Amino acid sequence: MQIPSAKPKGDAVLAEITNFEAMAFRLKQWIKSPRPYLMVAGLLLFLAVWYMTTELFKLPRFEKLPGPVAVIREWLSEDPSYGISIYVSEYYLHIIKSMMRVFEAFGLATLLGVPLGLFMGWKKVFRDYTFPIDETLRPIPMLAWVPLAILMWPAREAAIVYLTFLAAFFATTLNTLLGVESIDEVYFRAARCLGSKPRHIFFRVVVPGALPYIFTGLQISMGVAWFSLVAGEMLAGEYGLGYLIWNSFVMVQYPIIVIAMVTLGFIGWASSAAIRFVGALLMKWKVREVSP
Amino acid sequence: MSGRNKNSNSLGKLGKSIFNISFYRGVVAIIASLIFWEFAARVHLPVIGMIPAPSAVAGSLSSLIFTGYYWESWYVSFERVFSGFVMAQIIGIPVGLLMGMSRKFRDLGFPILEVLRPIPPLAWVPASVIFWPTPQMSMVFVTFLGAFFTTVLNILGGVSNIDIRYIRSARSFGASNKDIFWRIVLPATLPSLCTGMTVGMGITWEVVVAAEMIASRSGLGFLTWRSYVAGDYPVIVIGMISIGIAGYISSSIIRLLSGRATPWLKII
Amino acid sequence: METKGNGNAASGRMVIDSISKSYGMGPLRQKVIQDCSFTLEPGKLTVLIGPSGCGKTTIINLLAGYEEIETGSISIDGKPVKGPGGDRLVVFQETALFPWMTLMQNVTFGPRMRGGRNSREIEGDALSLLQKVGLGDFRDKYPTQLSGGMQRRAELVRALINSPRVMMMDEPFRGLDAMTRELMQEYYIRLFEEHRITNLFVTSEIEEAIFLADRLVIMSYRPAQVRTVMEINLPRPREFSMLTSKEYLQYKKDALEILHEEAMKAFSTGTATCVADFLEAYSEIEEKK
Repeated sequence: MQIPSAKPKGDAVLAEITNFEAMAFRLKQWIKSPRPYLMVAGLLLFLAVWYMTTELFKLPRFEKLPGPVAVIREWLSEDPSYGISIYVSEYYLHIIKSMMRVFEAFGLATLLGVPLGLFMGWKKVFRDYTFPIDETLRPIPMLAWVPLAILMWPAREAAIVYLTFLAAFFATTLNTLLGVESIDEVYFRAARCLGSKPRHIFFRVVVPGALPYIFTGLQISMGVAWFSLVAGEMLAGEYGLGYLIWNSFVMVQYPIIVIAMVTLGFIGWASSAAIRFVGALLMKWKVREVSP
Repeated sequence: MSGRNKNSNSLGKLGKSIFNISFYRGVVAIIASLIFWEFAARVHLPVIGMIPAPSAVAGSLSSLIFTGYYWESWYVSFERVFSGFVMAQIIGIPVGLLMGMSRKFRDLGFPILEVLRPIPPLAWVPASVIFWPTPQMSMVFVTFLGAFFTTVLNILGGVSNIDIRYIRSARSFGASNKDIFWRIVLPATLPSLCTGMTVGMGITWEVVVAAEMIASRSGLGFLTWRSYVAGDYPVIVIGMISIGIAGYISSSIIRLLSGRATPWLKII
Repeated sequence: METKGNGNAASGRMVIDSISKSYGMGPLRQKVIQDCSFTLEPGKLTVLIGPSGCGKTTIINLLAGYEEIETGSISIDGKPVKGPGGDRLVVFQETALFPWMTLMQNVTFGPRMRGGRNSREIEGDALSLLQKVGLGDFRDKYPTQLSGGMQRRAELVRALINSPRVMMMDEPFRGLDAMTRELMQEYYIRLFEEHRITNLFVTSEIEEAIFLADRLVIMSYRPAQVRTVMEINLPRPREFSMLTSKEYLQYKKDALEILHEEAMKAFSTGTATCVADFLEAYSEIEEKK
C-alpha cells in the first residue's frame, strides 16, 4: 500500500491566504449587507424617540426627563451649568473613585474567593464545614446588606467596598467550587496512580481544571460588583458615580443623572470585556483540548 | 459530556454514602458560627461585633412577628417583585422571540439592548422616580428592568441555538409556519426561558430591596433601612433574613414551574 | 400493515440529473457537488457511499429540498422537486427526534400535521409500528430517556408512518456500537423488505452498504461526482449469513478498490478539505439566521 506524502507545503500557505482573503471578503459583504446600517438605524431611532418625547414634543411625564440635547450639551460644555462635564476634574474624580472601589473589592474577592473555592472543592471535610454557612447566607440579596455594612464598618468608604466585595466574593467562590467539582474524577485517579503528591495534584490538576469556571465566576463577579457598588454609593457614598446619580437627583440636576448612567454603563461594559479578553487569552488551550 | 455525567453520578453516590457526616458537619458549622456571632457581639469585637447578637434578634423577632406592619412589608415587596417580573416576561418574551426569528429586527434592536444593558438597574431609580407618577410605579419599573434584559437575552440565545434539523424535519412533515412556531420554536426555547426566569427572579429581589431602601416608604427593603435609621438594629437582621426567605420562596416557585413546563429535561 | 398513502412499490422513482452545488461566495467559492446523476428505482434500496466529507449530506439536503441546486434537476415520479415535502422524508445523522415530545407525539407528528385523520386512528397505527420495532412499551417516554438504538428505531418509525415515496437515511446508524448497529440493520432491512418504499441510504461503511443495497452508488471525492454504480444482486430477504458468501465478498472487493483510491485522494488534499468542511458547516450556520 502506498501512502501519499503528507500535505504539500504550498497548501498550508494557500489556506492562510484563503483565510485572510476570507476575512476581507466577509468584511466587504458585511458592509454591503443591510446589517450595519440597521444597527446604526436602531440606535438613531432610540435617540430620536428619546429626543422627540422629551425635547421636541414635550409629552406629559417625558418632559420631566432630561433629553439627549440637554445631556450632550452639558456633557461637552466647557462651562457646564450643573458642574459636571468632560472638562471638569470632579467628573473624573467620581469615575476614579468608583473604579478604585470596584477594583479593590474585586481584587480582594478574587484573592480570597479563588483559594477558598479551590480548597472547598479539594478537601471534602473543609467543604462540609464551610459550604452550609455559604448556602445559608447566599439567598440574602447582597443589597440587603447595605444597612448592616454601614453598621459594621466605622468608615463609609469601608462599608461600600465591603458591600461590593461581598457580592463579588460569593460569585467567585461558588464558581471556583463548581469548577473543581467539574473536573473528571479520572484525572485525580490518574495523578494518584502516577504517584503525585497532594501538592502536585492541587497545582497540576485542581487549579488548571477549574480555570474555565473561575473565569466565568470572575465575569459574574465583575458584573455584580458594579451592581452593588451603585446601590452602596447611592445610599452611603460621598463620591462615585452612584453617589453622583443620587445627588444630582436630590439637587434636581437631572442631565447629570443621565451622564453618570451612561458613564457607568460604559465602564461596567469595558471592565467585563477586559476580563473576557484575558480569559480568552488564557483559555485558548481549553477550547482546542475540549473540542474533539 | 459523558465525563461530567459520570462525575456527577459518582459525586451523587458519594454524597449519599456519607450524607450523615456531611449533614452533621454542616449543623456543627452553623451552630458554631451562631455561638461565635453571639460571643462577638457580647464582647464588642471590631466589625463583626457591631452586628446585633442572635439573642437580641430573636427577642426582636418575637415581638415584630405579631405586628401587621411586618407582614405588610412582605406583601408590598412581593407585589412589586411579581408585577415587575411578570411585566418583564410579558414584554420580554415577545421581544426576544421577534429578535430571535427576524434578522432585521435583531439588527435593529440588539445595539439598543447592548447599550442599555450594562447600566446597573439601580442607576435607573432616580430617572424612574422622576418619570412615573407614583412611587409604586417607579419601583415596579426598576424591578421590570432587572428581569427584562435577562429574559430577552436568554430567549434570543435559545432561539438562535435551535437545531436546524428540527425545523427542517418539521417542514418535511408538512408543518406550517404557525405549527413550527408553536410546536418547535417555542418548546425548543423553553429551557433557556426557564433559565432566564430563574436568574431574573434573583436580580429582581436584589433590585427591589435596594430600590425600596433608596426611594420608597414601604416593603422589606425599607423595613431594613428604617431599622438602621431608627437605631433598631436587631430588626436589620430580621429584615435581611426575611428578604432571604422571600427570595428563596420566589426562586423555588420559578424552579417548580420550570420543572413542570419542561418535563423532558428530567432524565428518568 | 395498512400504511396507505402516497407510497407504494410502484411509485417513488427519483431521477437526479447532473446536479451541482457550491458553497461560499467570491474567493471562498468551493464546488462541493458537480454533475451528479443517478436514479432511485421505485421500491429499491439505493446506497450512497463515499469518503467522509465528500458531500453526501449535501446531496441529502438537496434531495430533501432543504437547499437549492445550482444546475441540473431533481424529479420524483416525473414532477420536479421544489422545497421540502412529505413525499421525501429524511432520517438524520444522530437523532433529530423532538426532545420535548414523547415518543408517541414524535411518531404521530407527521400525520397530525397533515390532518384529515382522527387521532385514535393515527395512534393505533403508530403503536403497531412502534411494537414492530420493540418500542411499544416506551410510547410515553421522552427521547432522552431512550438509548441510542431505540432513538434511531423511533426515528425510522416516525418517517415510515407517513408512507413517503422516498425515505432518505443520512448515516442513520453512525455512532452506535457494533452490536446495536447490527441490530438496527436487521430492523431496518425487515422494515424495508416489508414496505418496499424507495430508500436512499447514505453511509461510509462498506459492509453495511453492500448488505443493504440493491444498488450501490460510489461517490468520488470533492467535488462529489458519481464514480461508479454497482448493482448488488444478492437475494432478498437478506440474512447476515450472506456476509460470508462468495458474491458478497466479490462486491466488497470491487467496491473497496474504488473507495480506496478516492480516500487516498481525499487524504492528499488535506488542508483543502478543512476549508471545504468549514464552509459547509458555515453555510449551515448562516442558513439558520
